[in-house]
Amino acid sequence: MALFDKFQTLVEARQELAESGVPSINVVMEKIISPTEAIVNGRHTILAGTNNYLGLTFDPNCIDAACKAVHDQGTGTTGSRMANGTYASHVELEHDLADFFGRRDTIVFSTGYVANLGVLAALAGPGDVILLDADCHASIYDGCRLGGADVIRFRHNDVNDLQKRLKRLGDRTENGLILVEGIYSMLGDRAPLTDIAAVKDEYGAYLLVDEAHSVGVLGENGRGRAEEAGVEDSVDFIVGTFSKSLGAIGGYCVSNHPELELIRYASRPYIFTASPSPSVIASTRAALAAMRARPELRQKLWDNAHRLYQGLQETGFALGPEPSPIVAVRLESKAEALTLWSGLLEHGVYVNMVLPPATPNNFPLLRCSMSAGHSTEQVDRICQAFATLRNVSLKSQTA
Amino acid sequence: MANYENILSQLFEIIKPSVKDGRQLEEDTDLVADLGLDSLKVMTLVEEVEDRLDISIPLNMLAKVRTIKDFALQLQQLTEEG
Repeated sequence: MALFDKFQTLVEARQELAESGVPSINVVMEKIISPTEAIVNGRHTILAGTNNYLGLTFDPNCIDAACKAVHDQGTGTTGSRMANGTYASHVELEHDLADFFGRRDTIVFSTGYVANLGVLAALAGPGDVILLDADCHASIYDGCRLGGADVIRFRHNDVNDLQKRLKRLGDRTENGLILVEGIYSMLGDRAPLTDIAAVKDEYGAYLLVDEAHSVGVLGENGRGRAEEAGVEDSVDFIVGTFSKSLGAIGGYCVSNHPELELIRYASRPYIFTASPSPSVIASTRAALAAMRARPELRQKLWDNAHRLYQGLQETGFALGPEPSPIVAVRLESKAEALTLWSGLLEHGVYVNMVLPPATPNNFPLLRCSMSAGHSTEQVDRICQAFATLRNVSLKSQTA
Repeated sequence: MANYENILSQLFEIIKPSVKDGRQLEEDTDLVADLGLDSLKVMTLVEEVEDRLDISIPLNMLAKVRTIKDFALQLQQLTEEG
Protein backbone atom coordinates (compact mmCIF):
# COMPACT_ATOMS: atom_id res chain seq x y z
CA MET A 1 0.00 0.00 0.00
CA ALA A 2 1.40 3.36 -0.98
CA LEU A 3 1.87 6.05 1.62
CA PHE A 4 -1.11 8.16 0.61
CA ASP A 5 -3.58 5.31 -0.02
CA LYS A 6 -4.91 5.68 3.50
CA PHE A 7 -6.31 9.08 2.56
CA GLN A 8 -8.67 7.63 -0.04
CA THR A 9 -11.72 7.88 2.23
CA LEU A 10 -10.91 11.55 2.81
CA VAL A 11 -10.56 12.10 -0.93
CA GLU A 12 -13.99 10.55 -1.45
CA ALA A 13 -15.52 12.62 1.36
CA ARG A 14 -14.13 15.83 -0.14
CA GLN A 15 -15.40 14.83 -3.56
CA GLU A 16 -18.86 14.22 -2.09
CA LEU A 17 -18.81 17.67 -0.52
CA ALA A 18 -17.72 19.28 -3.76
CA GLU A 19 -20.56 17.56 -5.65
CA SER A 20 -23.10 18.64 -3.04
CA GLY A 21 -22.86 22.20 -4.31
CA VAL A 22 -21.50 23.63 -1.06
CA PRO A 23 -18.73 26.03 -2.14
CA SER A 24 -16.31 25.20 0.67
CA ILE A 25 -16.45 24.08 4.25
CA ASN A 26 -13.09 25.70 4.94
CA VAL A 27 -14.23 29.05 6.25
CA VAL A 28 -11.81 31.94 6.23
CA MET A 29 -12.52 34.85 8.54
CA GLU A 30 -11.51 37.57 6.11
CA LYS A 31 -11.80 40.33 8.68
CA ILE A 32 -12.66 40.10 12.35
CA ILE A 33 -14.90 42.97 13.42
CA SER A 34 -15.76 42.10 17.02
CA PRO A 35 -16.07 39.02 19.27
CA THR A 36 -19.32 38.21 17.46
CA GLU A 37 -18.89 39.54 13.92
CA ALA A 38 -16.61 38.98 10.95
CA ILE A 39 -16.50 39.30 7.19
CA VAL A 40 -16.87 35.82 5.67
CA ASN A 41 -17.10 35.30 1.90
CA GLY A 42 -17.27 39.08 1.61
CA ARG A 43 -20.37 39.16 3.80
CA HIS A 44 -20.94 40.69 7.24
CA THR A 45 -21.52 37.61 9.40
CA ILE A 46 -22.64 36.96 12.95
CA LEU A 47 -20.32 34.46 14.59
CA ALA A 48 -22.27 31.83 16.49
CA GLY A 49 -19.65 29.10 16.62
CA THR A 50 -16.56 30.47 18.33
CA ASN A 51 -16.54 29.30 22.00
CA ASN A 52 -15.87 32.95 22.86
CA TYR A 53 -18.26 32.55 25.77
CA LEU A 54 -17.60 35.79 27.59
CA GLY A 55 -16.73 37.82 24.49
CA LEU A 56 -13.41 38.96 25.96
CA THR A 57 -11.29 38.79 22.77
CA PHE A 58 -11.68 42.54 22.22
CA ASP A 59 -11.78 43.55 25.88
CA PRO A 60 -9.73 46.78 26.10
CA ASN A 61 -7.87 45.68 29.24
CA CYS A 62 -6.91 42.35 27.66
CA ILE A 63 -5.70 44.06 24.48
CA ASP A 64 -3.73 46.68 26.44
CA ALA A 65 -2.13 43.98 28.58
CA ALA A 66 -1.15 41.98 25.50
CA CYS A 67 0.29 45.05 23.73
CA LYS A 68 2.30 46.05 26.77
CA ALA A 69 3.68 42.53 27.14
CA VAL A 70 4.81 42.48 23.50
CA HIS A 71 6.61 45.77 23.98
CA ASP A 72 8.14 44.79 27.31
CA GLN A 73 8.91 41.08 26.76
CA GLY A 74 8.95 40.53 23.00
CA THR A 75 6.86 38.44 20.65
CA GLY A 76 7.72 34.96 21.90
CA THR A 77 9.64 33.01 24.49
CA THR A 78 11.42 30.81 21.91
CA GLY A 79 11.78 28.05 24.46
CA SER A 80 10.24 25.38 26.65
CA ARG A 81 8.94 25.98 30.15
CA MET A 82 11.78 23.69 31.30
CA ALA A 83 14.45 25.75 29.58
CA ASN A 84 14.28 29.50 28.90
CA GLY A 85 10.48 29.70 28.44
CA THR A 86 9.29 30.35 32.00
CA TYR A 87 8.95 34.09 32.49
CA ALA A 88 7.76 35.74 35.68
CA SER A 89 4.37 36.22 34.03
CA HIS A 90 3.91 32.48 33.44
CA VAL A 91 4.47 31.88 37.16
CA GLU A 92 2.16 34.76 38.07
CA LEU A 93 -0.61 33.32 35.90
CA GLU A 94 -0.15 29.98 37.64
CA HIS A 95 -0.58 31.73 40.97
CA ASP A 96 -3.66 33.57 39.67
CA LEU A 97 -5.25 30.30 38.59
CA ALA A 98 -4.40 28.51 41.85
CA ASP A 99 -5.99 31.40 43.73
CA PHE A 100 -9.08 31.40 41.50
CA PHE A 101 -9.67 27.68 41.93
CA GLY A 102 -8.60 27.63 45.59
CA ARG A 103 -6.04 24.94 44.78
CA ARG A 104 -2.49 24.37 45.86
CA ASP A 105 -0.76 24.30 42.44
CA THR A 106 -1.22 25.01 38.75
CA ILE A 107 0.73 24.13 35.63
CA VAL A 108 0.27 26.24 32.53
CA PHE A 109 0.62 24.51 29.16
CA SER A 110 0.86 25.90 25.63
CA THR A 111 -2.65 24.87 24.53
CA GLY A 112 -5.67 23.13 26.02
CA TYR A 113 -4.96 20.12 23.82
CA VAL A 114 -1.40 19.97 25.14
CA ALA A 115 -2.67 20.30 28.71
CA ASN A 116 -4.67 17.09 28.37
CA LEU A 117 -1.86 15.37 26.54
CA GLY A 118 0.71 16.51 29.09
CA VAL A 119 -1.27 15.67 32.20
CA LEU A 120 -2.74 12.36 31.10
CA ALA A 121 0.43 11.02 29.52
CA ALA A 122 2.33 11.71 32.73
CA LEU A 123 -0.37 10.66 35.21
CA ALA A 124 -1.60 7.37 33.80
CA GLY A 125 1.01 4.97 32.46
CA PRO A 126 1.27 1.23 31.91
CA GLY A 127 -0.43 -0.64 34.74
CA ASP A 128 -2.77 2.24 35.54
CA VAL A 129 -6.34 2.31 34.35
CA ILE A 130 -8.39 5.16 32.96
CA LEU A 131 -12.18 5.21 32.91
CA LEU A 132 -13.36 7.83 30.49
CA ASP A 133 -16.75 9.05 29.42
CA ALA A 134 -17.37 7.92 25.84
CA ASP A 135 -18.04 11.51 24.68
CA CYS A 136 -14.75 12.94 25.96
CA HIS A 137 -12.78 15.23 23.67
CA ALA A 138 -10.15 13.95 21.25
CA SER A 139 -7.36 15.53 23.33
CA ILE A 140 -8.37 13.29 26.23
CA TYR A 141 -8.35 10.18 24.07
CA ASP A 142 -4.98 11.18 22.63
CA GLY A 143 -3.51 11.86 26.08
CA CYS A 144 -4.69 8.44 27.25
CA ARG A 145 -3.05 6.77 24.29
CA LEU A 146 0.22 8.61 24.84
CA GLY A 147 0.39 7.50 28.48
CA GLY A 148 -0.11 3.80 27.82
CA ALA A 149 -2.60 3.04 30.61
CA ASP A 150 -5.48 0.63 30.09
CA VAL A 151 -8.32 2.81 28.79
CA ILE A 152 -11.89 1.80 29.53
CA ARG A 153 -14.83 3.75 28.15
CA PHE A 154 -18.10 4.09 30.01
CA ARG A 155 -21.37 5.13 28.39
CA HIS A 156 -21.85 8.87 28.19
CA ASN A 157 -23.10 10.36 31.47
CA ASP A 158 -24.08 6.87 32.69
CA VAL A 159 -23.03 6.66 36.34
CA ASN A 160 -24.31 3.10 36.71
CA ASP A 161 -22.11 1.99 33.83
CA LEU A 162 -19.13 3.73 35.43
CA GLN A 163 -19.86 2.06 38.75
CA LYS A 164 -20.16 -1.36 37.11
CA ARG A 165 -16.75 -0.92 35.50
CA LEU A 166 -15.15 0.29 38.72
CA LYS A 167 -16.51 -2.76 40.47
CA ARG A 168 -14.95 -5.04 37.85
CA LEU A 169 -11.55 -3.47 38.49
CA GLY A 170 -11.30 -4.69 42.10
CA ASP A 171 -8.06 -3.51 43.72
CA ARG A 172 -7.00 -1.72 40.54
CA THR A 173 -9.29 1.21 41.40
CA GLU A 174 -6.50 2.71 43.50
CA ASN A 175 -4.65 3.17 40.20
CA GLY A 176 -7.85 4.31 38.51
CA LEU A 177 -8.43 7.74 37.03
CA ILE A 178 -11.93 8.79 35.99
CA LEU A 179 -12.10 11.36 33.18
CA VAL A 180 -15.15 13.49 32.47
CA GLU A 181 -15.94 16.94 31.14
CA GLY A 182 -17.91 19.67 32.89
CA ILE A 183 -19.88 20.54 29.75
CA TYR A 184 -19.53 18.31 26.71
CA SER A 185 -18.42 20.17 23.63
CA MET A 186 -20.75 18.68 21.06
CA LEU A 187 -24.19 18.61 22.71
CA GLY A 188 -23.61 21.09 25.52
CA ASP A 189 -24.84 18.71 28.22
CA ARG A 190 -23.35 18.64 31.73
CA ALA A 191 -21.73 15.75 33.54
CA PRO A 192 -23.78 14.33 36.46
CA LEU A 193 -20.85 15.27 38.65
CA THR A 194 -22.48 14.87 42.06
CA ASP A 195 -23.15 11.20 41.35
CA ILE A 196 -19.80 10.66 39.64
CA ALA A 197 -17.96 12.18 42.62
CA ALA A 198 -19.89 9.92 45.02
CA VAL A 199 -18.95 6.82 43.03
CA LYS A 200 -15.35 7.99 42.78
CA ASP A 201 -15.17 8.45 46.55
CA GLU A 202 -16.81 5.08 47.17
CA TYR A 203 -14.27 3.20 45.03
CA GLY A 204 -11.21 5.24 45.96
CA ALA A 205 -10.29 6.25 42.42
CA TYR A 206 -9.06 9.65 41.21
CA LEU A 207 -11.18 12.12 39.29
CA LEU A 208 -10.13 14.59 36.59
CA VAL A 209 -12.66 17.04 35.17
CA ASP A 210 -11.99 18.89 31.93
CA GLU A 211 -13.71 22.25 32.45
CA ALA A 212 -12.75 23.68 29.04
CA HIS A 213 -16.35 24.61 28.21
CA SER A 214 -17.57 25.25 31.76
CA VAL A 215 -15.09 27.65 33.37
CA GLY A 216 -16.56 31.12 33.21
CA VAL A 217 -19.88 29.48 32.37
CA LEU A 218 -20.98 27.44 35.42
CA GLY A 219 -20.72 27.94 39.18
CA GLU A 220 -21.35 30.93 41.39
CA ASN A 221 -17.79 32.13 40.79
CA GLY A 222 -17.38 30.68 37.31
CA ARG A 223 -15.13 27.86 38.45
CA GLY A 224 -17.09 25.37 36.39
CA ARG A 225 -19.21 22.29 36.81
CA ALA A 226 -17.41 21.06 39.94
CA GLU A 227 -18.25 24.31 41.70
CA GLU A 228 -21.83 24.26 40.46
CA ALA A 229 -22.29 20.67 41.67
CA GLY A 230 -20.62 21.43 45.01
CA VAL A 231 -18.06 18.64 44.65
CA GLU A 232 -14.77 20.50 44.23
CA ASP A 233 -13.23 18.59 47.15
CA SER A 234 -13.79 15.30 45.34
CA VAL A 235 -12.17 16.47 42.12
CA ASP A 236 -8.45 15.69 42.11
CA PHE A 237 -7.51 17.51 38.92
CA ILE A 238 -9.14 20.21 36.84
CA VAL A 239 -7.91 20.79 33.31
CA GLY A 240 -8.92 23.84 31.33
CA THR A 241 -8.12 26.12 28.45
CA PHE A 242 -7.48 29.79 27.77
CA SER A 243 -9.03 29.56 24.32
CA LYS A 244 -12.69 29.76 25.27
CA SER A 245 -13.97 31.99 28.10
CA LEU A 246 -10.54 33.58 28.47
CA GLY A 247 -10.24 34.51 24.79
CA ALA A 248 -6.61 33.52 24.14
CA ILE A 249 -4.77 30.21 23.75
CA GLY A 250 -3.17 27.92 26.31
CA GLY A 251 -4.15 25.37 28.91
CA TYR A 252 -3.70 24.46 32.56
CA CYS A 253 -4.13 21.87 35.23
CA VAL A 254 -4.88 22.69 38.86
CA SER A 255 -4.75 20.33 41.82
CA ASN A 256 -4.25 20.07 45.55
CA HIS A 257 -2.01 17.03 45.14
CA PRO A 258 1.59 18.14 45.82
CA GLU A 259 2.69 15.63 43.18
CA LEU A 260 1.27 17.89 40.47
CA GLU A 261 4.59 19.72 40.49
CA LEU A 262 6.31 16.50 39.43
CA ILE A 263 4.31 16.40 36.22
CA ARG A 264 6.52 19.19 34.96
CA TYR A 265 9.43 16.74 34.97
CA ALA A 266 7.51 13.74 33.63
CA SER A 267 5.43 15.30 30.88
CA ARG A 268 6.93 15.31 27.40
CA PRO A 269 4.20 17.62 25.99
CA TYR A 270 5.17 20.13 28.70
CA ILE A 271 8.91 19.76 28.27
CA PHE A 272 9.24 19.55 24.51
CA THR A 273 7.21 22.49 23.31
CA ALA A 274 7.66 26.25 23.46
CA SER A 275 5.81 28.10 26.19
CA PRO A 276 2.96 30.54 25.48
CA SER A 277 4.10 33.95 24.29
CA PRO A 278 4.12 36.80 26.84
CA SER A 279 1.23 38.61 25.14
CA VAL A 280 -0.97 35.52 25.46
CA ILE A 281 -0.11 35.16 29.12
CA ALA A 282 -0.81 38.86 29.74
CA SER A 283 -4.19 38.90 28.02
CA THR A 284 -5.16 35.69 29.80
CA ARG A 285 -4.34 37.21 33.19
CA ALA A 286 -6.44 40.26 32.30
CA ALA A 287 -9.30 38.06 31.08
CA LEU A 288 -9.21 35.99 34.26
CA ALA A 289 -9.42 39.20 36.29
CA ALA A 290 -12.34 40.38 34.14
CA MET A 291 -14.12 37.07 34.51
CA ARG A 292 -13.82 37.29 38.30
CA ALA A 293 -14.83 40.94 38.49
CA ARG A 294 -17.76 40.85 36.08
CA PRO A 295 -20.21 38.03 36.87
CA GLU A 296 -22.76 39.89 34.76
CA LEU A 297 -20.96 38.50 31.69
CA ARG A 298 -21.96 35.01 32.77
CA GLN A 299 -25.55 36.13 33.27
CA LYS A 300 -25.68 37.72 29.81
CA LEU A 301 -24.20 34.53 28.30
CA TRP A 302 -26.93 32.45 29.89
CA ASP A 303 -29.66 34.89 28.84
CA ASN A 304 -28.45 34.54 25.26
CA ALA A 305 -28.16 30.77 25.56
CA HIS A 306 -31.73 30.39 26.82
CA ARG A 307 -33.02 32.74 24.13
CA LEU A 308 -31.33 30.82 21.32
CA TYR A 309 -32.34 27.42 22.70
CA GLN A 310 -35.94 28.50 23.09
CA GLY A 311 -36.02 30.19 19.67
CA LEU A 312 -34.70 27.14 17.85
CA GLN A 313 -36.88 24.80 19.86
CA GLU A 314 -39.99 26.78 18.94
CA THR A 315 -38.96 26.61 15.29
CA GLY A 316 -39.06 22.84 15.58
CA PHE A 317 -35.41 21.84 15.51
CA ALA A 318 -34.17 18.83 17.48
CA LEU A 319 -31.67 20.19 20.01
CA GLY A 320 -29.20 18.97 22.61
CA PRO A 321 -30.68 17.70 25.87
CA GLU A 322 -30.55 20.94 27.87
CA PRO A 323 -30.17 24.70 27.38
CA SER A 324 -26.49 25.59 27.43
CA PRO A 325 -24.12 28.07 25.79
CA ILE A 326 -23.54 25.24 23.31
CA VAL A 327 -26.76 24.74 21.37
CA ALA A 328 -26.53 21.72 19.09
CA VAL A 329 -29.04 21.36 16.27
CA ARG A 330 -29.41 17.69 15.39
CA LEU A 331 -30.06 16.86 11.76
CA GLU A 332 -31.01 13.65 10.03
CA SER A 333 -28.56 13.61 7.13
CA LYS A 334 -25.26 15.02 6.00
CA ALA A 335 -26.98 16.61 2.99
CA GLU A 336 -29.43 18.42 5.27
CA ALA A 337 -26.58 19.65 7.45
CA LEU A 338 -24.59 20.91 4.47
CA THR A 339 -27.57 22.71 2.96
CA LEU A 340 -28.58 24.36 6.22
CA TRP A 341 -25.01 25.30 7.15
CA SER A 342 -24.24 26.93 3.80
CA GLY A 343 -27.67 28.60 3.81
CA LEU A 344 -26.91 30.11 7.20
CA LEU A 345 -23.64 31.49 5.87
CA GLU A 346 -25.54 33.09 2.99
CA HIS A 347 -27.85 34.62 5.60
CA GLY A 348 -24.81 35.99 7.43
CA VAL A 349 -24.66 33.47 10.27
CA TYR A 350 -21.67 31.24 10.98
CA VAL A 351 -22.08 28.10 13.09
CA ASN A 352 -19.92 24.97 13.39
CA MET A 353 -20.86 22.02 11.22
CA VAL A 354 -19.83 18.71 12.77
CA LEU A 355 -20.27 15.52 10.81
CA PRO A 356 -20.07 11.87 11.89
CA PRO A 357 -17.98 10.14 13.12
CA ALA A 358 -17.01 13.24 15.16
CA THR A 359 -20.51 13.49 16.66
CA PRO A 360 -22.26 11.48 19.36
CA ASN A 361 -24.86 8.99 18.09
CA ASN A 362 -23.82 9.43 14.46
CA PHE A 363 -26.10 12.42 13.75
CA PRO A 364 -24.77 15.48 11.89
CA LEU A 365 -24.84 18.58 14.05
CA LEU A 366 -24.90 22.29 13.53
CA ARG A 367 -23.27 23.43 16.70
CA CYS A 368 -23.96 26.97 17.85
CA SER A 369 -22.10 28.59 20.71
CA MET A 370 -23.32 31.71 22.43
CA SER A 371 -21.31 34.61 23.77
CA ALA A 372 -21.95 37.30 26.33
CA GLY A 373 -20.89 39.57 23.46
CA HIS A 374 -23.98 38.72 21.40
CA SER A 375 -26.68 41.34 21.47
CA THR A 376 -30.29 40.25 21.84
CA GLU A 377 -30.84 41.41 18.28
CA GLN A 378 -28.03 39.19 17.02
CA VAL A 379 -29.51 36.16 18.79
CA ASP A 380 -32.87 36.90 17.23
CA ARG A 381 -31.26 37.22 13.79
CA ILE A 382 -29.63 33.81 14.26
CA CYS A 383 -33.00 32.29 15.19
CA GLN A 384 -34.63 34.04 12.23
CA ALA A 385 -32.06 32.69 9.77
CA PHE A 386 -32.64 29.15 11.05
CA ALA A 387 -36.42 29.62 10.85
CA THR A 388 -36.31 31.01 7.31
CA LEU A 389 -34.20 28.12 6.07
CA ARG A 390 -36.38 25.57 7.83
CA ASN A 391 -39.47 27.02 6.17
CA VAL A 392 -37.77 26.86 2.78
CA SER A 393 -36.80 23.26 3.43
CA LEU A 394 -40.31 22.25 4.55
CA LYS A 395 -41.86 23.94 1.52
CA SER A 396 -39.50 22.16 -0.86
CA GLN A 397 -40.37 18.85 0.78
CA THR A 398 -44.12 19.38 0.37
CA ALA A 399 -43.89 20.86 -3.13
CA MET B 1 -9.67 -23.73 23.75
CA ALA B 2 -13.29 -24.32 24.83
CA ASN B 3 -13.43 -20.81 26.08
CA TYR B 4 -12.15 -19.56 22.74
CA GLU B 5 -14.83 -21.46 20.82
CA ASN B 6 -17.50 -20.14 23.12
CA ILE B 7 -16.28 -16.57 22.74
CA LEU B 8 -16.06 -16.98 18.98
CA SER B 9 -19.62 -18.20 18.65
CA GLN B 10 -20.86 -15.33 20.81
CA LEU B 11 -18.93 -12.88 18.63
CA PHE B 12 -20.52 -14.29 15.48
CA GLU B 13 -23.94 -13.85 17.09
CA ILE B 14 -23.25 -10.27 18.14
CA ILE B 15 -21.67 -9.20 14.86
CA LYS B 16 -24.20 -10.86 12.54
CA PRO B 17 -26.84 -8.07 12.71
CA SER B 18 -24.15 -5.58 11.58
CA VAL B 19 -23.55 -7.50 8.36
CA LYS B 20 -25.65 -6.00 5.61
CA ASP B 21 -25.05 -8.19 2.59
CA GLY B 22 -25.59 -11.57 4.22
CA ARG B 23 -21.87 -12.25 4.16
CA GLN B 24 -20.73 -15.41 5.91
CA LEU B 25 -18.69 -14.58 9.01
CA GLU B 26 -15.38 -16.41 9.36
CA GLU B 27 -12.57 -16.23 11.88
CA ASP B 28 -10.46 -14.27 9.42
CA THR B 29 -13.21 -11.78 8.53
CA ASP B 30 -11.72 -8.30 8.87
CA LEU B 31 -14.03 -6.04 10.92
CA VAL B 32 -13.20 -2.89 8.98
CA ALA B 33 -11.98 -4.02 5.55
CA ASP B 34 -14.56 -6.81 5.05
CA LEU B 35 -17.53 -5.62 7.09
CA GLY B 36 -17.02 -1.89 6.63
CA LEU B 37 -17.57 -1.17 10.33
CA ASP B 38 -16.68 2.44 11.14
CA SER B 39 -15.31 3.51 14.50
CA LEU B 40 -18.77 4.18 15.95
CA LYS B 41 -20.07 0.76 14.94
CA VAL B 42 -16.97 -0.88 16.37
CA MET B 43 -17.56 0.89 19.70
CA THR B 44 -21.21 -0.17 19.75
CA LEU B 45 -20.06 -3.72 19.08
CA VAL B 46 -17.54 -3.48 21.92
CA GLU B 47 -20.26 -2.33 24.32
CA GLU B 48 -22.44 -5.28 23.35
CA VAL B 49 -19.58 -7.71 23.93
CA GLU B 50 -18.80 -6.09 27.28
CA ASP B 51 -22.41 -6.46 28.40
CA ARG B 52 -22.67 -10.03 27.19
CA LEU B 53 -19.42 -11.22 28.80
CA ASP B 54 -19.58 -8.87 31.82
CA ILE B 55 -16.11 -7.49 31.18
CA SER B 56 -14.54 -4.12 30.37
CA ILE B 57 -12.44 -4.11 27.20
CA PRO B 58 -9.55 -1.62 27.26
CA LEU B 59 -9.41 0.50 24.12
CA ASN B 60 -5.67 -0.07 23.85
CA MET B 61 -6.40 -3.76 23.40
CA LEU B 62 -8.46 -3.02 20.29
CA ALA B 63 -5.43 -1.66 18.46
CA LYS B 64 -4.31 -5.27 18.01
CA VAL B 65 -7.66 -6.41 16.61
CA ARG B 66 -8.31 -6.64 12.88
CA THR B 67 -10.18 -9.92 12.44
CA ILE B 68 -12.84 -11.72 14.44
CA LYS B 69 -10.19 -14.24 15.46
CA ASP B 70 -7.95 -11.44 16.79
CA PHE B 71 -10.89 -10.15 18.79
CA ALA B 72 -11.76 -13.57 20.18
CA LEU B 73 -8.15 -14.24 21.21
CA GLN B 74 -7.92 -10.89 23.00
CA LEU B 75 -11.20 -11.58 24.77
CA GLN B 76 -9.99 -15.02 25.78
CA GLN B 77 -6.89 -13.50 27.30
CA LEU B 78 -8.94 -10.84 29.07
CA THR B 79 -11.41 -13.30 30.56
CA GLU B 80 -8.61 -15.60 31.71
CA GLU B 81 -6.81 -12.68 33.37
CA GLY B 82 -10.06 -11.59 35.05
